[in-house]
Formats: sequence, structure tokens, C-alpha cells
Amino acid sequence: MSTEAGMVQLTPKDFASDQEVRWCPGCGDYSILAQVKKVLASLGTPRENTVFVSGIGCSSRFPYYMNTYGFHSVHGRAPAVATGVKVANPELSVWVVTGDGDALSIGGNHLLHVIRRNVDVNILLFNNRIYGLTKGQYSPTSPIGRKTKSSPMGSIDFPLHPLSVAIGAEATFVARTIDVNVKHLSYVLDRAARHKGTSFVEIYQNCNIFNDGAFEYATGKDTKEDTAIYLEHNRPLVFGKDRDKGIQLNGMDPQVVSLGDGMTEDDLLFHDEKQAEPSLAYLLSRMHHPEFPEPMGVFRDIERSTYEDMLFDQISDAKKSSGPGKLEDMYDDGETWVVD
Amino acid sequence: MVVSTQKQDASVNTVETIEREEITVRFCGDSGDGMQLAGTQLTSTSAIFGNDVCTFPDFPAEIRAPAGTLAGVSGFQLAFGSRKLHTPGDRVNAMIAMNPAALKANVADLEPGGILIVNSDAFTKSNLGKAGYEENPLDGVDLNRYKLFKIPINTLNAEACSDTGLTGRAVGRCKNFYALGLVYWLFGRPLEPTLRWIDQKFGAKPSVADANTKSLKAGYYMGETAELFPVRFLVSPAKLAPGKYRKLSGNEAIALGLVTAAHQAGKSLFYGSYPITPASDILHELARLRKYDVRTFQAEDEIAAMTSIIGAAFAGAFAVTGTSGPGVALKQEAISLAVMTELPMVIVNVQRGGPSTGLPTKTEQADLGQAISGRHGETPLCVLAACSPGDCFDMAIEAFRIATEFMTPVMLLTDGYIANGAEPWRIPDVSTLPKFEVKHPGPSAEFEPYKRNDKLARPWALPGTPQLEHRVGGLEKQDITGDVCYVPENHEHMIHLRRQKIDKIADAIPPLEVHGDQSGELLVLGWGSTYGAIESAMERCRARGMNVSNAHLRYLDPMPKNTEQVLKQFKQILVPEMNLGQLRQRLRAEYLVDVMGLNKVQGKPFTILEIEEKVADLLNGKPS
Repeated sequence: MSTEAGMVQLTPKDFASDQEVRWCPGCGDYSILAQVKKVLASLGTPRENTVFVSGIGCSSRFPYYMNTYGFHSVHGRAPAVATGVKVANPELSVWVVTGDGDALSIGGNHLLHVIRRNVDVNILLFNNRIYGLTKGQYSPTSPIGRKTKSSPMGSIDFPLHPLSVAIGAEATFVARTIDVNVKHLSYVLDRAARHKGTSFVEIYQNCNIFNDGAFEYATGKDTKEDTAIYLEHNRPLVFGKDRDKGIQLNGMDPQVVSLGDGMTEDDLLFHDEKQAEPSLAYLLSRMHHPEFPEPMGVFRDIERSTYEDMLFDQISDAKKSSGPGKLEDMYDDGETWVVD
Repeated sequence: MVVSTQKQDASVNTVETIEREEITVRFCGDSGDGMQLAGTQLTSTSAIFGNDVCTFPDFPAEIRAPAGTLAGVSGFQLAFGSRKLHTPGDRVNAMIAMNPAALKANVADLEPGGILIVNSDAFTKSNLGKAGYEENPLDGVDLNRYKLFKIPINTLNAEACSDTGLTGRAVGRCKNFYALGLVYWLFGRPLEPTLRWIDQKFGAKPSVADANTKSLKAGYYMGETAELFPVRFLVSPAKLAPGKYRKLSGNEAIALGLVTAAHQAGKSLFYGSYPITPASDILHELARLRKYDVRTFQAEDEIAAMTSIIGAAFAGAFAVTGTSGPGVALKQEAISLAVMTELPMVIVNVQRGGPSTGLPTKTEQADLGQAISGRHGETPLCVLAACSPGDCFDMAIEAFRIATEFMTPVMLLTDGYIANGAEPWRIPDVSTLPKFEVKHPGPSAEFEPYKRNDKLARPWALPGTPQLEHRVGGLEKQDITGDVCYVPENHEHMIHLRRQKIDKIADAIPPLEVHGDQSGELLVLGWGSTYGAIESAMERCRARGMNVSNAHLRYLDPMPKNTEQVLKQFKQILVPEMNLGQLRQRLRAEYLVDVMGLNKVQGKPFTILEIEEKVADLLNGKPS
């Protein structure tokens, strides 16, 4: 199918590389891979202008399966590699695929800094709350008490919450979605791709080998309506199979309330993803199962200058004020003298 | 002592002038005393005057150690001469010591009979105590072996600046210029370059400019009128090659070389770096050069600096990082990825004293092992070493030539000595600079990411090019296709290919050049910053009639093709290096030749004399 501009309209299939996908059968990664291809095809970004950068871990094999440019880099360092790619060529659409260990343990530092700089890259953090590729140790997002190979008596590390970390690092786009909810997943990916600046997306991803059912509460047919709450901009926070429950603010604290008996949607907390001040987004990121339904969707989407835009502004300002650089001028900078 | 600071008729003071070929001066004082600035000014002035110059700034790691203590002493040594200089001088001819601690830490380096100017105002009971002097050395006999001039610089400087309206503290900050003025008089230096500098630097603060000007002139006139100094010394301009010159430090030269390389290839320069002594000045220098499309990235850590340049190289920039030994150690895992992905980039290692934090502001050459084989796995890359501040410019360009021609990371070694040291640099004619032809494949259905050319280099295919979409990464590559491959024979084949590619660089570099007889009794073989001391020592040895030759390695991996042949022409081989013998071990292992070491690991460069004496001993049959 051709578009008006005569460009070939790509399909999801066009984004598949010739490599056999080697994740375990039943892994949540398959669903994410399929939705990423779908979203890229719908966005119309040429394959050659797309770069996937990853670190190490199961999720980090992702670039091999995409027929785009790809870089499977060093454990935890994908954000820094991606920064180099973007600064060297800002025309490229740059994606970082990472996991909970890659992004929050060995690569924690780089994650914070790419986010605070607001480099225009899309970060997809596949959170399965376990180390998969090294065969089942607890990760920085594993709950306290979680028994694994390296924590036979239960983990004694308090977990990090990826979205809270990202918001603390001044993220301009923060969202959460889940592998099996493909419609929502593709919606969030599309939103992330369209945001200018760092987009940070946490994707709940089931590891059916080492941590099967970690997100059962948010995906189970009978439970999902009560354990997840889907955020909509400028809409009240309503959830439940019968949409009869909501979140209300009691001072600084969110609480679950039932609608009816004088409690209306207008009494509930309204979501505002454009709030410059990140307190609301942070508050939402602190709502955890089982005390609260866990928010899904876009927590925060604000505008701020990107790192590369500011850098190129400086370069063009410098060229404007003193002309494009000539080597002779650079050598002559400072005091010179002539020997005859 | 009361000295007038008013200018008087110069004719009342007629002093003898002695011509010298070379003078070495050292300023020393507290790290807040402005000794580095005074030294830099004397350097610039001497260079502009036409001398050859060579500098050795030496400062503590602490920015402001407690005032008056030995830990806080900062020094700046420079030599200026009417002939080509290779080192900042073994022995100091004139020393300016601004306090007792500086005197104590430095005076042993002053030649007997040398000029010693001390700021007598600073020799208070408290300062003497901090420096560990029980008695005031200015009153004793120990300093009688020098020509001692006790000058109350604080007092005289304050008098000179009394009408500037500045506070006493601000006036005190000008005292380095008073001392500098005195030195200018003593060595017949023109004041104008420093006056111009004051004007540029403090133009917006007229009272500060005024005070510095008054201090400088007062120091100068004091020399002229006080009849303290029986002689002045004249060092005529050197016979340097004709051309336009500027003063250049090694770190500045690296920056200029990198920008030049990128410019000549029509590329943007990406410099990802984390601040570290003594490499940070490269970042500072490049950050000023935005109009040359220089993209500096101050990374969050050493690893991010390294991985960012890998990303930038992948996307087509001339990508460089600069660091020192501890930073290289942190980068090594990522450098392995650069080797595996065979992308062109440059890692500048400005070596400093190790291990660990070691001696951050001092020099050493102990990272050769780490450069050549400090990574996991069989991980060869090209290793170069610059031998002087000016050579840093040439080698930065050379590093990029090799990196892009052979698709490999290149590690360029310098060290604190040549990075901070400066010399006059003849500004190159841009039309004579090497041009780079960097080729990127265009769209093609036949593209294979790991298909090699006759140099064994793979194509540098850039994101943004249709049809060339491909994936690279740290997993072993299948030959030609670049796909992930775990086949045992393929792994071994690729291990060999990566090594062969680096070995092939030897076909594209100049042979090792021998100075002196091409065969004989003794070859002194150096690498990196020992060049200056070795070269000067050789001049002296040959002048004394010794049969000694020398050669200098700027390519460490691979080494020039004729290296073995050169080594086998000499009965004895001596390798001076600022480590325990890292090049020596490599030469012995590689070529099965007996190599002797002259090793010094004090955080200080070799003196000429140390090498000269060792050569004399070896030629006289003294065992090494």
C-alpha cells in the first residue's frame, strides 16, 4: 500500500528481522515485540531512521529481532549509548529496551541521568521483578520477602518502584502498561513515541519460567477491574467491574471510596498528566497492590527542552555570533608570534 | 630594608649582563599564591620573545591545602633558551620562594650558586612552624651556597598598590605579579605581553587591572633601581623554524588535533568525558569550540562517557573520550564492546600516578599494560603514545586516521607531564594537513556488516541509510554476516581476525627511526613523554664522544615493523620508563632480546642527568 507521498506504507512484518526469536515460549516479551512493530508501522517512521539500543538481559535481546538499526550494548549502559547515538544524529528515532535489573540495578545511574537530561529517547523497561537470563535471582523490583535462588529465606532488599524513580529524576513522560493488555500497550507505546524528550514506560511483563503470575492480580479476568485503574487525562479516577469505586484525596493521602451515597465522580481525584509539578504523578506511582488498584496509563506528559535541542542551539548560536569555525582561527586563538 | 618602588633614571643602575643559552626558573609558593599564573606568564612572554620554552607545572592534588604547609606547595618550573629545548631543565638556576614551606620543599633543586629570591615577609614564626623550621633559614648559613635575596614582597607590593582602592586581601593577590616583575627584570623580559594579558583578563575590573599592572611594574623597577642584583641574564631568541607560533600544552594540543581530524573528514566531533585530573582540560578546551560543531557531553561517570562515544561512533560521529588511568579501568568493559563492534573511536589516557587514586596531579607511564592488555578476553586495539606537547596534536590526528581506516578503537597515551607542560608550537598551514577520506556504504541489498576490505576493516554503515539496517552488539559475531554466532571454530577465527587487523596497522605506520649510529654498543629506546629527557641526554652523551644511539616508539601496538630488526643491531638496549618496566617486559616477550630498564616511579619525569649517567655507566661496563 502506498501513501500519498509515494512512500511504501510499512506493516508490522516489515519490522521483523531474519533472526529467530529465542525467548522462552509464553514469555511476555513476545507480546511487547508484536505491539512495538505495530506501533512503528503505524507511526510511519522509516526503518532506517530507527535505532533500538539495549543493555544485557532477556529483554535486551530485543534489537536482534527488529529489522531496524540495533545495538545490544553493555549491561546497564544502554541509556548512555542511546545518548551518544541521539547527539551524533538527532534525526534518528531512538529506543532503549531494558529490564528491571539492567535499568535499576547495574544501570541505575545512567537511567537517572538520561531522564534528567531529557534526551529524546523512548525507554521501555520490561519489569518482570526477577533476573531471568541469570536464572532466577531477585531483582531490585522483587518484593521484600520474595524467595528466589539467591534469597532462599526471602529477599531482604526493599524494592525500587520504577515510576517513582523516574519521576524523582524529573521525567517529562512517565507511563505504565502491561504485556497482555495489547490495546493499552500499543496506546501507551504510541504516546511514548510521540512525546518529545525522554519517555519512560514501565511494562509489567510476565516471566513464566522464574516468576510466573507476578502480575496475575492485574491481569486475571476476575480481579483486573478491581486491581488496576486506567488513567485518563482530565477524568476522575474510577475503577471496579461496575465502575463504582474511585480514588479520593484525603489531605495528602489517596483513599479508595465507593461511589453513591452522596459520593459522586466530581468528589474524586481528577487525573492531570500535564501538571508541571510532579506531586500528583508521584502520588499515583506510590499506589500499590493490594492497598490500591495500580494505575495504568500515562502518569505525566509535559513539555521541556531536550538535551540535544539545547546543545544544537548552542552550536548554532556560536556559529551565528562568530561564524562557522575555521581551523586557522582556532590555532590563532590567544597570543601568536612570528619567527622569520 | 627600604626600597623605593618609584621608577628612577635607569642610568644610575648599570649592571653587568651575562648571555646564557638556557635558563631554568621555578616559582613556588602556596597553592593560592598564583604560582601557576606567574609561571604561565613567564612562559608566554619568553615564547613571544622568541625563546624556545618547556614547562613543568607541579601542583598538589588539594585545591587549597592549609596555607603555609608543605602539602599546599605549588610550583611551576620552566626553561627558556636560545636553542631547542627538550626538557624544563634538570637544575633550577633561579628560584622564587614565596614562603618557608615552598623554600623547604624546593630548595634542594636549586643549583649551587643559583639565585634564590624569597618573600621575607612570609617568614613569620607561624609559617616557619608550619613548614617545620625550628629556626629561620634566612638567618642561618645553610642558604649561603645560593645567591640569596631577601625581599619583603608583601610590604613592597602593598606600597605599590596603596592607591588602587583595593582591600589588603585583594592587593595581596597581586604579589605573584610583583615577583614576576622582578624576574622579568632579571632576565630582560618585555612587560608588554603580560600587560596585554592583564588588560584582557581584568578589563571589566579596572581597579584589579590597575593593581596587577602596578605590582608587575613595581617588581620590575625594583630590580632596576635597588642595586640588589649584580648581574642580569640575557637569553637570545632561539633559531626556531620560520613560521607563526603559539604556546601549546599537551591537553590543548589533543583538543586542537581532535577538532582538526574531524574537520578534515567533514565530521562532527563528539567528546564524551567525565572530569578527571589531569585530563579535564581537554574537556574544557573542547567545550569552548561549539562553533566547530564540537559536541561535548559531560557524562555522569566514566562508563557513560565511554558508552556514549560507542553510540556516537555507531551513529557516525568522530567519537572520543578522554580520561586518566582510574577512568580507563572503569571503561575497559565498554572498550571491549568497541573492539567487538569494530567501530572507530579514540580513547585518550592522560596517565597519572597510580595505583588507585595514587598521585592524581603527578605523572607516570604505568598504564601501558592496561592499554595493551587490560581487558577481558582477547581484546586487541591500537595503542599510540605522544612524546611531547606538540606531538599530542599530530598523534590525535593519527589516532583518528588509524581508527577510521581500520575500524578500531585507538587508545592514545599521554601523561600529566606533557599534558600540562607547554612549548612553542608552529601553527600548521591548513592546506598541508592530512585530509581524511571516510567512506560509508550507500544503500545496497547485498550489505554484509562484517565483510572486510583488504585492511580487514568492516564497513562503517550509518543509521539513516536505507537497506543497511543491521544489529551490532557484544555477542560473538559470525564472520561476514555479523549475526550472533556461538560456533566454536567461528569464535576462534574471529579472535584471530581481530588480532590480525590490529597487526596490519603496522603496514600503515612509519618505521622506527634510529638517531645516531644504526648499530652499535647501546640503544636507548623510549616511549611517550620520556622523549625530551632522552633526546637531551643523547645530545650530551654524543658531545662527550659516547657511542650511543636512540629511538622512540610512538606506536606501541602494533609496534613498527622494523622494531625487532632495530633491536638486534645493538649489543645493549636500555629502556627508560616511568614504571617498573612495562615496555621492557613486552620487548623481551615479543622479540626475545635482553632489554635493561631505567625505571623511575616518583611522579616526576626523568632528569637529563639520570639518563646521561646511566648511559655512561653502561658504556663503562658497570652492571645495570
